[in-house]
Amino acid sequence: MTNDRYYNRRWVISGIVIAVAAVFIIRLFYLQVIDQSTVRKADSNALVRQTVYPSRGLLYDRNNNLLVFNQPVYDIMMVLRETGNDFDTLAFCRALAIEPEEFIKRMDDMRNPHKNRGFSRYTPQVFMSLLSKEDVSMLQEQLYRFPGVSIRKRTLRDYTYNAAPHILGSVGEVNQRDLDNDPYYSLGDYSGRDGIEKQYEHLLRGEKGVEVLMRDARGRLQGSYHEGELDRPAHSGTDLTLTLDIRLQMLAEELLRDKMGSVVAIEPRTGEVLALVSAPAWNPKDLVGRPRSKNYNALMKDPHKPLMNRALQAQYPPGSTFKLIQALVGLQTGTLRPGTLYPCSGPASTPIKCTHHHGSPVDLEGAIEQSCNPYFWQAFRDILQQEGYGEDNRHFHECYDTWRNDVLSFGFGNRFQSDIREQSAGSIPSSKFFDKIYGKKGWRAITIRSLSIGQGEILVTPLQLANEAACIANGGWYIVPHLARLDSAQRIAAGFDESLYNRRYTKVDSVHFGIVREGMARVMTAGTGRHYSVPELDMCGKTGTVQNPHGKDHAIFIGFAPKDDPQIAVAAVVENAGFGATWACPIASLMIEQYLTDTIARPELRARIRDAVLITH
Amino acid sequence: MNNRNSIRSGIDWTTIALFLVLALFGWINIYGAGYTFEQTSMFSFSNRAGKQFVWLMTALLLGFIVLLIDEKTYEVLGYWLYGGMILLLLATPLLAHNIKGSMSWITLGPLSLQPAEFAKSFTAIAIAKYMGRYDYRVRTWRDLTVPFALIILPMLIIMIWQRETGSALVFASFLLLFYRQGMTGKILLYGVIAAVAAVLVLRFSLIPESWLDAVLQPHQKVRIQVLLGLKDDPAGAGYNVAQSLIAIGSGRFFGKGFLQGTQTKLRFVPEQDTDFIFCTVGEEWGFVGSAAVILIYMFFILRLIMIAERQRDMFSQVYAYAVVGIFLFHLTINVGMVLGLLPVIGIPLPFFSYGGSSLLGFTLLLFILLRMDAARVNKLH
Repeated sequence: MTNDRYYNRRWVISGIVIAVAAVFIIRLFYLQVIDQSTVRKADSNALVRQTVYPSRGLLYDRNNNLLVFNQPVYDIMMVLRETGNDFDTLAFCRALAIEPEEFIKRMDDMRNPHKNRGFSRYTPQVFMSLLSKEDVSMLQEQLYRFPGVSIRKRTLRDYTYNAAPHILGSVGEVNQRDLDNDPYYSLGDYSGRDGIEKQYEHLLRGEKGVEVLMRDARGRLQGSYHEGELDRPAHSGTDLTLTLDIRLQMLAEELLRDKMGSVVAIEPRTGEVLALVSAPAWNPKDLVGRPRSKNYNALMKDPHKPLMNRALQAQYPPGSTFKLIQALVGLQTGTLRPGTLYPCSGPASTPIKCTHHHGSPVDLEGAIEQSCNPYFWQAFRDILQQEGYGEDNRHFHECYDTWRNDVLSFGFGNRFQSDIREQSAGSIPSSKFFDKIYGKKGWRAITIRSLSIGQGEILVTPLQLANEAACIANGGWYIVPHLARLDSAQRIAAGFDESLYNRRYTKVDSVHFGIVREGMARVMTAGTGRHYSVPELDMCGKTGTVQNPHGKDHAIFIGFAPKDDPQIAVAAVVENAGFGATWACPIASLMIEQYLTDTIARPELRARIRDAVLITH
Repeated sequence: MNNRNSIRSGIDWTTIALFLVLALFGWINIYGAGYTFEQTSMFSFSNRAGKQFVWLMTALLLGFIVLLIDEKTYEVLGYWLYGGMILLLLATPLLAHNIKGSMSWITLGPLSLQPAEFAKSFTAIAIAKYMGRYDYRVRTWRDLTVPFALIILPMLIIMIWQRETGSALVFASFLLLFYRQGMTGKILLYGVIAAVAAVLVLRFSLIPESWLDAVLQPHQKVRIQVLLGLKDDPAGAGYNVAQSLIAIGSGRFFGKGFLQGTQTKLRFVPEQDTDFIFCTVGEEWGFVGSAAVILIYMFFILRLIMIAERQRDMFSQVYAYAVVGIFLFHLTINVGMVLGLLPVIGIPLPFFSYGGSSLLGFTLLLFILLRMDAARVNKLH
């Protein structure tokens, strides 16, 4: 060629070509082999993981009555970007049976960033929510006419009975803490907020499924990805059977109407809670769906504190019902014998006067029947001062601690480790507690004499009182009170040890219980409970009246029946009601009758208790 | 007849084979890019793959016809063809519809053609005719005045009159042939240095934005800023490139498989069957497929250099280097853009991008060279 002078430039040009190719291949190697981030980005571009919500487990009572179930509700969703300009507003209004004015208002609300903070034209927005199947059926048929409109199905809790709101608890939207603590949840999910719904959340919620769909660049769904290869079906939640007897529960709620108080009924043999009522209460349906937060706030502000579960959280001195424990601990200690006689001077007794009139001296059975304060003061004193007074009383602290441990063994002073949430512990004060107040040598039996009759520094919950009745019914043991009947798989899933339902023995031997039971039987035949006994049911009981520094005394009753084969143990507390014999005893008596005979033969009594208004306004 | 036989025996079948491999693979990827998981036939005219198939057949026919036309025709009619082309470019905006701000498309019934795609061939012929004179040498800058003028005229018309920056910039590729013919190499070096300097200056904001505003269209300014990392804007101007990188990267080593690319199928990458067609290759055929395509292009262009070097007359050699420059420029700018290395400049990837004009334009360009090459054996030593 003529210009061979530049011949070598062919190599430069070839070099450029090879260099360009090399740069591209290196770049491709970086993008496609080294950089790992693109796969995730591509997936988040093109794949939509749609959650498939499982249906929440149902709740039944012990007789297989359905208590809590799921109700489908529907939300109308709208993607404004897709609805377009030729959206047939009138036809849409007709399909939903709403007025055009309402349509305009709802559209304005939806677009208003103050009312709808997550507003976007590109994502589905809620146009109307919580509609019934009937409300949406017409729109469903015509959905093809309305681009950008979709119907989202959700489920809400629904309740067969207006009962047991404290126990059942409620379901609500998860909060930030739930989201942080449990990766299972995502924003807008629902979970159990309290009660059984919260306690058994992991069993009830089931397992969410996922459907992997493809989405194009405009956000339109394009069907399932790889024929559903990555999909995971949802697993429904576990249905649970509760230990409650819903009819007994409802009877108790009826009897506590217009009162403040609580009732707990336990099957002594199993620890199963048959009824657990706190009054005042609310309709469980009030805390479902849209009105939930409004109603919840109203309950929070109510001065009668309906949200507090008095059966678990209220703490009272046990009053005379504690005399049974004094008797049992005295028998176990040996300072008290069935035949032990103590004198009683009636209202003239010191240091504690008697509120009843009976003969003197009195024996243990008679003392229980007559609820004799001086008897149990003397019995308490003899437990604590076994070695006498003054200088001889060197082991006073040990005696008190032994007494206290015996009392604690009935389930007092601690929370039961079971599926019953948010219990108060109650309190049986330790010797250190009194040391702090009076100094190590500054207190003796006489100092803490109020404890002998269940007043003073002792605090118990109604649940603990019911358990006390169960202990006496069983003759020295109890099984922790609980609310759900779980099979072994459910028990493991709920995180409970097998030993949960083992018998817990009190420190009082079973031989000592017979005489206490006899005393309790006499309470119902000749003592404070005699007006409310049903003789053929063989009821045992003990009334109590708790001094209330803030107002009228609280009425307390514990009991069980039948005496020789106890099926039900009950504790009832009616606040500010006065004598236990007058208000708490009939409530417990009616419940025992209902549970054992399946009917109430005393309708006037039922009506009188039901219609009494004892709530203070 | 003797002449025709020697033409047939002189045809460079290697180049034709590489051309066919690229064009067929390109067509398969156009089908892939347009596929929407609701399969229609590759030959259905309702989709772009079907249309591209027609264009491909037309291109093969065009190539065959070009091989039959005596190469001396171009040398004789060189300036006339160039003049006619300039007139057509001038007339285009008067006949054109505005397509995305561009006035470069002429619509004839069902067909849309872009005359600018053919202008490259005729400019190359005119330059080859001028520089192919037996007494022509590149000694001083003045010797390059006319060739530069021949380039700048269509460039200006396309850029200003038709508002097609990409197609206009392609004319810069003729610098490669000037270099081969003796233009000082420093200008290429300076060009690279200037480009790097511009990048650095812009990157470190050494010049005020108002200067950029004066020189560039707003969208061009943003594109350059995004490329230089001055602006992080994945949903805006950087969207195309960001999505392009995601699509290619997610293909990994072996690709997702033919028709399995989610990013391209679901339209995350804009212009995926035209300027961004290489994304589909990257996503569905992976590193293996896309590196193979780059290598085939490399061999194709190296083959063109070899052909250029074996020409026995200046006219053919100059023309051949024009072809080399144009293919190299298109490959570099297009793939560089898709790989996020260069600014977004809309020019097609030869034989791959959907569109009749570019396919026919490249076919014309290539087959004129193949005819010249086939006829070289008849030339005097």
